[in-house]
Amino acid sequence: MTEFASPTARVSTRPAASRRDIGIKRRYAAERRFRAFGFGAIAIGLFFLAVLLWSVVSKGYTAFQQTTITLPIEFSEKVIDPKNERATDPKQLFTANYPLLVREALVKQLGLDPAKRPLVKQATDMVSASARSQLRDIVVADPTVIGKTIPVTLLADANIDSAFKGQIDLTVDEARRKVKDEQVAWMNTLAEEGVLKKSFNTGIFTFGASSRPEAAGVGVALLGSLYMMLIVLVLSLPIGVAASIYLEEFAPKNRLTDLIEVNINNLAAVPSIVYGLLGLAVFINFWGMPRSAALVGAFVLTLMTLPTIIIATRAALKAVPPSIRSAALGLGASKMQTVFHHVLPLAMPGILTGTIIGLAHALGETAPLLLIGMVAFVVDFPGSPLEPSTALPVQIYMWANEAERAFVERTSGAIIILLIFLIFMNLGAILLRRRFERRW
Amino acid sequence: MKALKFTAAALVASAAFAGVAAARDQIQVAGSSTVLPYAKIVAENFGETFPDFKTPVIESGGSSAGLKEFCKGVGEDTIDIANSSRKIKDSEVEACKAAGVTEIQEVKIGYDGIVFATDAGNADLTLKPEHLYKALAAEIVVDGKLVANPYKKWSEVDASLPDAEIAAYIPGEKHGTREVFEEKILAAGCKDSGAQDVIKAAVSDEKQQHSKCVAVRKDGMAVDIDGDYTETLARIASNKNGIGVFGLSFFENNADKLKVATVNGVVPSTETIASGEYPVSRPLFFYVKKAHIGVIPGLKEYVEFFVDDQMIGPDSPLAEYGLVAAPDAEREEIRQSFEAGNLL
Repeated sequence: MTEFASPTARVSTRPAASRRDIGIKRRYAAERRFRAFGFGAIAIGLFFLAVLLWSVVSKGYTAFQQTTITLPIEFSEKVIDPKNERATDPKQLFTANYPLLVREALVKQLGLDPAKRPLVKQATDMVSASARSQLRDIVVADPTVIGKTIPVTLLADANIDSAFKGQIDLTVDEARRKVKDEQVAWMNTLAEEGVLKKSFNTGIFTFGASSRPEAAGVGVALLGSLYMMLIVLVLSLPIGVAASIYLEEFAPKNRLTDLIEVNINNLAAVPSIVYGLLGLAVFINFWGMPRSAALVGAFVLTLMTLPTIIIATRAALKAVPPSIRSAALGLGASKMQTVFHHVLPLAMPGILTGTIIGLAHALGETAPLLLIGMVAFVVDFPGSPLEPSTALPVQIYMWANEAERAFVERTSGAIIILLIFLIFMNLGAILLRRRFERRW
Repeated sequence: MKALKFTAAALVASAAFAGVAAARDQIQVAGSSTVLPYAKIVAENFGETFPDFKTPVIESGGSSAGLKEFCKGVGEDTIDIANSSRKIKDSEVEACKAAGVTEIQEVKIGYDGIVFATDAGNADLTLKPEHLYKALAAEIVVDGKLVANPYKKWSEVDASLPDAEIAAYIPGEKHGTREVFEEKILAAGCKDSGAQDVIKAAVSDEKQQHSKCVAVRKDGMAVDIDGDYTETLARIASNKNGIGVFGLSFFENNADKLKVATVNGVVPSTETIASGEYPVSRPLFFYVKKAHIGVIPGLKEYVEFFVDDQMIGPDSPLAEYGLVAAPDAEREEIRQSFEAGNLL
């Protein structure tokens, strides 16, 4: 029997074992396939991220450099204040012919014949028209400079800037480009003399909007975005957290709260332009708040961010184990104490993550700002959130539509600034989360 | 948390109150994206020349949106000026009147040329309204009958045109530029090619005759661009055979990438547009609320500064940017009309 039994045992075990082997192989293969898909998905994601970053950075890094021309400017009294009236009429210093000072300095520097008007005009076109207000500010701040000769670093015109950075094709016919051959020759001589050079562009951070690319910056937009983010944070975090604590911990579960929950989930998916329409109708037309003000923008963005924060906060509150609540209540804590002493601290990391996601979303919005007048050309810095200002993504949008070549690099430069702003916000969130994180 | 909630509510209320209380000391302008670059230059220079006044805030968003905002009413919480790349419509004037904006001053600032351009690497292009009409209209006349546009290549339209597929990037229907394109190119081409007579024979209603003339084909050969000229430029960069519609100033800023087409044998330039030789141009305007003059600080000075020769004259920064200056007599008339307080 044993001789018989062993072959039968072999025969019977072999197919069973091989059946099991086939199953394991298939499952392993499925797992490998899934891993491959997952890896592929991440690889595609990373690839597009790399392409995006590359295209932005490769186009935008030059925006952080600006060509400048340092000229010895003679603040001659003859030009600024020919009748010596500045003591009695301070307006004289505002209306003086400052461009003439630049022209004279350039004529001297390049050794031109002042009688050849078209040639001199071409030379003065190399310096930004913002030189006028720059020189005026110097004189108004300190009228004792009149009569002295001081080296002043002036911005080069955007076309010269683009040409110096190699962004204008100088091989095409002269008539079809913005920089003329003579200007290129002067540019090269001035560069050799060290008068014209590239330096770090602080202006892109500090200037307001301008029609001259070389004098345009994201200063006003940065300040506007900062105002809005602060107000959105101050308004939406307490309101959102309070609403979700009430809904999650205190509110009775009935049809009304179900309806509210459905509505909040729907609001989170409403296109942002709808909030802009609402802001225009309620805040501007009904309450009479000023147009283009960061405060109105912040209110609109708060409305937009609230559903996101409420949903994230409720999820974070739900994730706190019921045993914590039971233990607190069992030890005699009131409902209120349970929530604020035990549940809320544990839910804090989740709430902060939700808030930061909401804020980052709000930071990148332009559509709701269009209708309340924040997609605008704003030169003056807003002293308060009630004054007209604009926002970072708006500035990117407006620069992207400009005709001048120099705005191409500035658009990408502004995107880099926006990304850095976002990275700092997320970094703050991570730090806060680390601080509040508790384990049980 | 209760206290927090309360402070938040108080903040909202106080901010709203402050909004009502604060008086506006800054001019607010909205409207056409075609006028925007010019208005920006003027606003910036205005701010530099008059240190007592703040630099005006200029919103973009299109002529229609700007005029709609303009006609919301009178008062500090409404805009002072609407930029427009077309004349205000009667319906808009009615809407303004209904909202209490009864005194509107019209200011013409000059003319804007509309050019056709293709990639810089292409051969010279000589267009006529007739060519563009035949290439882009929805229905054209073949052997005396109206048929759906059969042309696929420019060379089929006219032997002088390149042997390339028709691809035209034209302003979308929400653009003020579209109207000029329809009137000066399609309607003119419709007439020149003789199609108008056939349409007249087929349709009796005059409005329908016109809309048949300016209907653009929808089979993908003519692409509506709803964005700005930068989008048109990007389309031409990806399709070298494409022809795009641009503003003269935009073309001049990108002349190294684009080649401009002549229309009826005339090269577009500020000179040919000012003289009227180049056929496709339109006036640019802005509209001012007379009730705001004297209330909003600097408004009168801003308008006067805008219409001064140092801004809109032939050697002005606006002309340098691509605005076609109105003739001397007309500029003088514009200034006097504003001074006299003439209303629409």
